[in-house]
Amino acid sequence: MIQKTQFFKEIALESKLGRLTPFGFGRKRLKYMMSVEATEAGKNSDLDASKDSKSSKSSKTSKSSKMPSSEQPPRDAEDLVTDEGFWQALFKSIYRDKKALVGLIMVSLFILIALFAPWIVPHDPYAVDMEKVLTAPNKAYVIGTDFLGRDILSRIIYGARISLMIGLVPTLISLAIGTFLGMVSGYFGGKVDYVIMRLADVCMAFPSLLLAMVVMYTLGASLFNIFIALSIVNWGSTSRIVRAQTLSIKEKEFVEAARSIGVGRFKILWRHILPNCIPSLIVLFTLSVPEAIMSEASLSFLGVGAQPPTPSWGLMISRGKEFLFSSPWVAITPGIAIFLVVIAFNFIGDGLRDALDPYTKH
Amino acid sequence: MKYIVKRLLGTIPIVLGVSLLLYIMLNIVPGDPVALMMGEHVNADTIERVRARMHLDDPLLVRFSKYVLDALKGDLGYSYKLKREVSTLIWQAFPNTAILAVAGAMVSWIIGIPAGVISAVRKNSAVDYGVMTFALIGVSMPVFWSGLLFQYFFGLKLKWLPISGFDGLNIKYIIMPAIVLGWSSAATIARLTRSSLLEVMSADYIRTAREKGLLRYQVVMRHALKNAFLPVLTVMTIQIASLLSGAVITETIFGIPGIGRIAVSAIQTRDMPLLQGSVMFTTILIILGNLVADILYGFLDPRIKYN
Repeated sequence: MIQKTQFFKEIALESKLGRLTPFGFGRKRLKYMMSVEATEAGKNSDLDASKDSKSSKSSKTSKSSKMPSSEQPPRDAEDLVTDEGFWQALFKSIYRDKKALVGLIMVSLFILIALFAPWIVPHDPYAVDMEKVLTAPNKAYVIGTDFLGRDILSRIIYGARISLMIGLVPTLISLAIGTFLGMVSGYFGGKVDYVIMRLADVCMAFPSLLLAMVVMYTLGASLFNIFIALSIVNWGSTSRIVRAQTLSIKEKEFVEAARSIGVGRFKILWRHILPNCIPSLIVLFTLSVPEAIMSEASLSFLGVGAQPPTPSWGLMISRGKEFLFSSPWVAITPGIAIFLVVIAFNFIGDGLRDALDPYTKH
Repeated sequence: MKYIVKRLLGTIPIVLGVSLLLYIMLNIVPGDPVALMMGEHVNADTIERVRARMHLDDPLLVRFSKYVLDALKGDLGYSYKLKREVSTLIWQAFPNTAILAVAGAMVSWIIGIPAGVISAVRKNSAVDYGVMTFALIGVSMPVFWSGLLFQYFFGLKLKWLPISGFDGLNIKYIIMPAIVLGWSSAATIARLTRSSLLEVMSADYIRTAREKGLLRYQVVMRHALKNAFLPVLTVMTIQIASLLSGAVITETIFGIPGIGRIAVSAIQTRDMPLLQGSVMFTTILIILGNLVADILYGFLDPRIKYN
């Protein structure tokens, strides 16, 4: 009985605090929660409160510590993943997994290159120099020049910016769309669920490259439109996964408790369901980023994506393939860049999946 | 049997939804298709007449239902640019894509399944790590880039194979595109074979077989593989999707006159009916592939009961 009231109190408190982030169980918030709880305890001179805060503190900060089971509040396994220890465990598992560590280093390098591109390029990536057309790699031009005499290394470095943007922005947008629709679909059920899931079925029936091509046909070929196309093409699988998780989470006691004290439906989705979907979403995110980068490169390669003179890697390969046999460096080198970035993300994604995803754990 | 009928009926709304979505997306494009089709020097009268003949002024849904009814009769419209029946063009291109896809699938099985079995049997050994890293490399290589690498090394430098082109069933022209296409699927299959074989290997009946004194490879070959293949089989049919969309790029690189290349050229020339027909055809093919996979899966694994 005490356990239950304590549990309800915790949830009531959570919904009272307006400043919850999706990762709302962090240390800072815990401190804040405890201070509020302490003042409340002082006000109401509630004897139990301080004891409760102690037990909840110890159960949260050290999940491995063995406590007498009678004092331990009923916490669900999913609830624990949003714990402080979750991020530690995450980084620890990346650190232990050598492949993931290598991937993390490569991705950090890639992000740094993209951020500082204007300061590290040896030449202007757009500067046409017809006297140096298709120069073989030499000291001034480390990997040569293309058919307009532009320095390929500089273009690849600038291309990192495009790939980074393409990798992050549309992926986040489509994850957001998929997560929202998936949670709504799973939580509300009924007709809403039916409509959303049929829509997801239809979207997933298309091969994503073809669907993106069709969207590009409708919108016209440009880099900005790739953002839109990739944002709206890939939400289907995310929504399926999130829906499945929502279905299982919504039966948990803490959701029932929140509902019973009258917390609104969208508030429950945001505060209780979403944080518990985060681990899967992280895995999905790291696995979707390389896919998006690859899609952009493919679309640009096919000529329905970025348009010249944008230094998109896919476009560079596409334009360079005409000179493949005389000056192979033009087409081959941007591909190495794509390959390295994609494999780096895949390394991380693989490591994270092994560490986090309950479905693929052996 | 009841399940099959139900599953078949369930596919119909998806096919309809797919075609509706496609139709809407392709028909809200700004620009007059008639003007696009006929060039610049036509008078307004002619445009008006052609519009009426093509029913372009009807509401979207009316046109859509007409399109679906025509499509059921095998009429997918008329290409703006090539001035030929879309269905004829697709039927001419389809065998080429099919040859490529089947060859690609075979490559992926020949590489993927043995690689997966080896790394599962030698779990956590250097071989296992090697194979799995190799698989990850395979997934991470852009198809269009590995295609160019193959062309450069095997076509130009070693002169083993023709650089591009297509000649029916002439194996010389198929090898390179098939390897390029099958490569990434091979990686997926290897990983899946490995994980599903590992799962089966921990089952009780495998332990029994081992304790009866059977050799390790006998157990793997006779007892484990049969059951480990089920999930792999599903992936093989899901593969149809990745093979067909990968074919878009492979066909473009190697100059194979298949459906993928039709779609790409249709986008470049803004030939809407042709694009619509080719994408619709490919997507429905994939949906049917998944349907067959589901049904087959039920037949092969008696533990699965559909309600």
